[in-house]
Amino acid sequence: MPVLEQNGRPVWKRRTTPQQWGRWLAWLVGIAIVAYSWHLISEKTIWFFVADAGTQAADMAERMVPPKWSYMEELWLPVWDTINIATLGTLIAVVLAFPIAFCAASNTSPHPLVRSVALFIIVSSRSINSLIWALMLVAIIGPGVFAGVIAIGLRSIGFCAKLLYEAIEEIDPTQVEAITATGASGTQRLAYGIVPQILPAFAGIAVFRWDINIRESTVLGLVGAGGIGLQLSSSINSLAWTQVSLILLVILATVAVSEWVSAKVRHAII
Amino acid sequence: MLRLESLVKRYKTGDHALKGVDLEVPKGQVLALIGPSGAGKSTLIRCINRLVEPTSGAVYLSDVNVAAVSSGELRRLRRRMGMIFQEYALVERLTVMENVLSGRLGYVGFWRSWFRKFPPDDVAEAFRLLDRVGLMHMADKRADELSGGQRQRVGIARALIQNPDLLLVDEPTASLDPKTSRQIMRLICELCAERGLAAIINIHDVMLAQMFGQRIVGLQLGEIVYDGPPNGLTSEVLTRIYGEEDWEATIETVEEEEEDEVAEAGAAV
Repeated sequence: MPVLEQNGRPVWKRRTTPQQWGRWLAWLVGIAIVAYSWHLISEKTIWFFVADAGTQAADMAERMVPPKWSYMEELWLPVWDTINIATLGTLIAVVLAFPIAFCAASNTSPHPLVRSVALFIIVSSRSINSLIWALMLVAIIGPGVFAGVIAIGLRSIGFCAKLLYEAIEEIDPTQVEAITATGASGTQRLAYGIVPQILPAFAGIAVFRWDINIRESTVLGLVGAGGIGLQLSSSINSLAWTQVSLILLVILATVAVSEWVSAKVRHAII
Repeated sequence: MLRLESLVKRYKTGDHALKGVDLEVPKGQVLALIGPSGAGKSTLIRCINRLVEPTSGAVYLSDVNVAAVSSGELRRLRRRMGMIFQEYALVERLTVMENVLSGRLGYVGFWRSWFRKFPPDDVAEAFRLLDRVGLMHMADKRADELSGGQRQRVGIARALIQNPDLLLVDEPTASLDPKTSRQIMRLICELCAERGLAAIINIHDVMLAQMFGQRIVGLQLGEIVYDGPPNGLTSEVLTRIYGEEDWEATIETVEEEEEDEVAEAGAAV
């Protein structure tokens, strides 16, 4: 009770005394945990190596410049692959996420059981990183771009379906009511009452995920699932630092372009 | 034409919204349903087309019990009941034309409606109705570009293209200014007269109810406490519906306005 009485007059404080002590105690415990964890980390760190981190970084930077521009010829195809992996993967994800989202949204789900299955698909897709998906898929369907596409697709289904079903749950129900009142069937109610309302969200989610996938697909090559990551990993392994710096620049440029495109598209839709 | 028999609605929350309502609406009658907020007006008209499932009781639309039919039959019955909403309930991101044509969804199959291939007769009727409500030039605009009064006109056209026998109208003027409110109410009543439609109009504005209703039903806490002609709304009746308040001003204004309208009509003749 923050309103107390002192000398017959009401006094207001933000917190009562026990609440105040409770907060002090919580802060104390929190700081103690941070201090203890720092101590543990410090014990397991070889400070000798950390001490010359600056010199090492400077040394690597020196070996990275100038980027080996002539290597660019060999990078065009992997960059193209990377973009394709991201685009096709997003496309697969979006197509599959659409029905899953309708099954997962509490206001459109046909049955609670269907809803739990849909939610399970979403969670399992989201809980596994695309690099791990790729690792497994390379083992299953062999290395190459195809494994990358599927990995990106599987990882993105959950993301797209989750955002989409949240959009479905936030629609204005009276518009659906009005369509229902005309005698429309269940599918017509979806097509006229719900789809127009979630279309902007849908397009925004798809473009946003494509943008993320461009970044994710640049590392898929590390595990052999195609794209520019393959060149990155082999350049690092052969200590060709001037090639590494060029690849990093190319990735930076690609991501910048994809962000620009997605911002433009989202602006146009919404 | 429409007959409600001891209609009861009890929500899961325990709210007893309707306590056995009996009501009969003949063909072509415009009935204004008044009552305080929470009296069950919205629930009542939503129970008629089963947007809200009644707990018990019967709703007869020309001797078919709407409350007892299967979902397929319910869809066919809903086509005969046009509904007009308080906040217009247009699909905001569709065009005016698409909104009007959505009134035909009960008659058209899924793929035809998905590809917007409505029968030419429906499209012609949509144009006629848009012309009738004065929005011919807006057919291609998106619904969210329209003003409140224009949106409600689209809502009216959407309800009428169903070719209904009955209009269920839920607070049509609650979001509109006084002048637009009157225009909309006048339009609804004119269209009902033209087409011989019965209408149940929920309205919390007593003056509008008296001006446009042929019959007034007062609902209070889920029960009908008044059923009679508009001029029967005395101070005593309004107190029974809404509770203690000084009603003299409300009643007087209406009488003056009616006199004004009569005078205007006289002048026009």
